[in-house]
Amino acid sequence: MPPVLQAIELVKQYPKVRAVDGVSFEVREGTCFGLLGPNGAGKSTTIEMLEGLLKPSSGQVLFRGAPLGGHYRERVGIQFQNTALQEHLTTRENLRFFSALYPKRRTLDELVRLCRLEEFLDRDTSKLSGGQRQRLLLAIALVNEPEVLFLDEPTTGLDPQARRNFWDLVQGVKAQGKTIVLTTHYMEEAYLLCDEIVIVDHGRIIAGGSPASLLAQHFDDSVLELPTAEVRKLGAGVEFKEKGELAEIHTADLNGVIARLLGAGASLAQLRIRPRTLEDLFLELTGRELRA
Amino acid sequence: MSGFWRRLRAATWARSLEFIRDKSAVGWNVIFPVLLVVGLAYVFSGPGQPMFKVAVVAPEGAALDASLHPFLATPQVQFYREARAADAVHKVQLQRIDMLLDFTATPARYWVNEQSPKGKLLEQLLRGAGGAALQRQATQGAEVRYVDWVTPGVLGMNMMFGCLFGIGYVIVRYRKNGYLKRLNATPLRAFEFLLAQLLSRLVLIVLVNVAVFGACRALLHLRMEGSYWNLLLLTVAANFCMIAMGLVVSARLSSEELAGGILNVISTPMMVMCGVFFSIDGAPHALQIAAQLLPLTHLINGARAVMLDGAGFTQILPNLAALAAMSVVYLTLGAALFKWRQS
Repeated sequence: MPPVLQAIELVKQYPKVRAVDGVSFEVREGTCFGLLGPNGAGKSTTIEMLEGLLKPSSGQVLFRGAPLGGHYRERVGIQFQNTALQEHLTTRENLRFFSALYPKRRTLDELVRLCRLEEFLDRDTSKLSGGQRQRLLLAIALVNEPEVLFLDEPTTGLDPQARRNFWDLVQGVKAQGKTIVLTTHYMEEAYLLCDEIVIVDHGRIIAGGSPASLLAQHFDDSVLELPTAEVRKLGAGVEFKEKGELAEIHTADLNGVIARLLGAGASLAQLRIRPRTLEDLFLELTGRELRA
Repeated sequence: MSGFWRRLRAATWARSLEFIRDKSAVGWNVIFPVLLVVGLAYVFSGPGQPMFKVAVVAPEGAALDASLHPFLATPQVQFYREARAADAVHKVQLQRIDMLLDFTATPARYWVNEQSPKGKLLEQLLRGAGGAALQRQATQGAEVRYVDWVTPGVLGMNMMFGCLFGIGYVIVRYRKNGYLKRLNATPLRAFEFLLAQLLSRLVLIVLVNVAVFGACRALLHLRMEGSYWNLLLLTVAANFCMIAMGLVVSARLSSEELAGGILNVISTPMMVMCGVFFSIDGAPHALQIAAQLLPLTHLINGARAVMLDGAGFTQILPNLAALAAMSVVYLTLGAALFKWRQS
């Protein structure tokens, strides 16, 4: 069975910049595929070519093994990073309007339940909070029961609570077997939601695979965080990176390092141990912070 | 229902709801025409402004009345004094006045503009001043007041602003805030979207202006010789055309300031060239031909023909045909140039 979507050597050249530079990947049915990268990496340009809204300068996008046809837009759902809606319309009216544009439609009740819209169904959309607005935009992206759902930086600008609520909704959609393509610069979001990711930088893919396999492939250590003053008690012989008042030690031998710290009389009161993250991976691959 | 009609109906409905609930926009769209009507009613209240304006160059000390010449007793004609004939001849040429009389020359002379119907009528009155048969013409002529003549122009101008700015700003705003990009991700086609905007605006403008016209007719006792249906048909055709014109302007822009500037560049000359307040009969020939390419000219001329002369469908057919042809051009151009997103 061919993948749902295939990007083949996609290039998008603008007069002064090559936003996407030869990107290829496949999205399998029923998975959540993530494009991870910093702002300006080419994620949104890539996803817009997949959505059929932007024509590649060269390369091709295939949907179920064929070029994108005239009815492609009826079969996909899109949530943009920034979308205004018509003013003075309620949540319910917006859903009805967008539903009417498609031949195949979900019922309003289903959408309301799936995206938890009950409390603001008859509220003017200009009076919605950021999180409520994103839930409505997700519902609009789902009005046509799409085969592929595109989410372009869906939680940018949301507070942590609203972001977690949104992740719950996306996991609910995923549980229904939908194929999802997501762009984000939040590594936690990608790690939590995506079965497979590609890390994009300067318009190119610099790594790809499942989040766990990528981390396993590049790291075999963990990270200890302590106040720099405590780490300095170890003297020479232990490498660490200073991050403000904290220092990070990367080691595969946790027990050994902790024993040495205790031996040197360092206080472990503020010790934090964390596994490697996608953010570390990006730093490792590019030498830059993901959200710099 | 086919996909086309379903999408068109949904988009028209959504836009109309948005407009109707925007209290400030509705307020302005209703209040402005009402203010116009009230203004007109105030300016033209009372016994009525004289229909004709005649300059008189008279010997010093002579009163401008029948003692100078019987014609000066003609009712509904405003006679005023000019010092020198040479200064006033140009005003006759520009049709700013209808006639110039010079009683200081021997024999007395008068100037009339060959292209001015009002001037010709006055000429008849002058020739027959005192004669029973010509008195009747004077009465008929006096019934056409300036307010009857100018109201179609003022309402037409109001509709033009509503059409151009109402559609232009909205689409530019949609493009700027990304709403058009969102719609582009749906099966809605550009033509369907544009037609929906057009229909929504058309219905609202026509309804508001029918009400304003009714108010004008009642308050100002406007002359209405022809058929209301012909006037409505002409109004719908002209508004359709002017909205389509607005679509062309808004086809690509994403700056409201630039859109406003361009719309002003279009609407201001239309106001002058299409004879809203003054007849352009005396204007240069090239200007008159250029005016024929503007929809407002056909609306105002057609409406005046229906209201003042009782013109029927066949007489306004050239206006309707011109509006239909222009609508096709603007709509095709608007759809062809249209872009969903900012470049």
